[in-house]
Amino acid sequence: MILLTREKISLESVVNLLVPDPSCGAVVQFEGKVRNQNEGQSVQAIDYECYETMAQKELAAIVKTAKEKYRVPQIAVAHRLGRLACGETSLVVVAQSAHRQEGFEAVQYVIDQIKKKVPIWKKEIYEPGKEKWL
Amino acid sequence: MNIRVLLFAGLRERLHREEISLEVPAGTKVVQVLSSIFGDPAESAKISRSLLFAVNQNYVRSDATLNDGDELALIPPIAGG
Repeated sequence: MILLTREKISLESVVNLLVPDPSCGAVVQFEGKVRNQNEGQSVQAIDYECYETMAQKELAAIVKTAKEKYRVPQIAVAHRLGRLACGETSLVVVAQSAHRQEGFEAVQYVIDQIKKKVPIWKKEIYEPGKEKWL
Repeated sequence: MNIRVLLFAGLRERLHREEISLEVPAGTKVVQVLSSIFGDPAESAKISRSLLFAVNQNYVRSDATLNDGDELALIPPIAGG
């Protein structure tokens, strides 16, 4: 379950994508939000840009590997695109697993791989007229 | 043969376009496309060191050979999350 969207995302909406599974005793959840500062600069907003066809493929491969590697039956990922204000949710990763340990590891793995492989870019917007691609 | 080059983020803004359609000889490699886009070989070598490349949505090395109809994406440092 992978979602790249310009609409607002929430932890709850992504958790609801999981199919209830009585054999699973853990739902590990991560929510990434836009911070109001970075490296000493005050951040007003972030523009997220994405190469969507490739990002979908890369995310699907990452999720497939994570499920196999950590034996986690369900993982859902949502990444927001476009302009996000401070405090808005940019990324949600949730894993539903039999026990907590593999769920934590799978979520950590997915986030690390997103940062390494998925073609998404962000531009920080500071005061008017000042901005930087990271 | 014809290829499409996709540009993103800072590179897209710098070149003022999202996509470039290029006519290139058969057997052209990814790295050779860069010099035709950026002109100056030194400048194109400098830019290419900061980029990753994908052909038809799969990462490739800069010495990969292109085929007619390929979609080549120039991928600046990514920053998802």
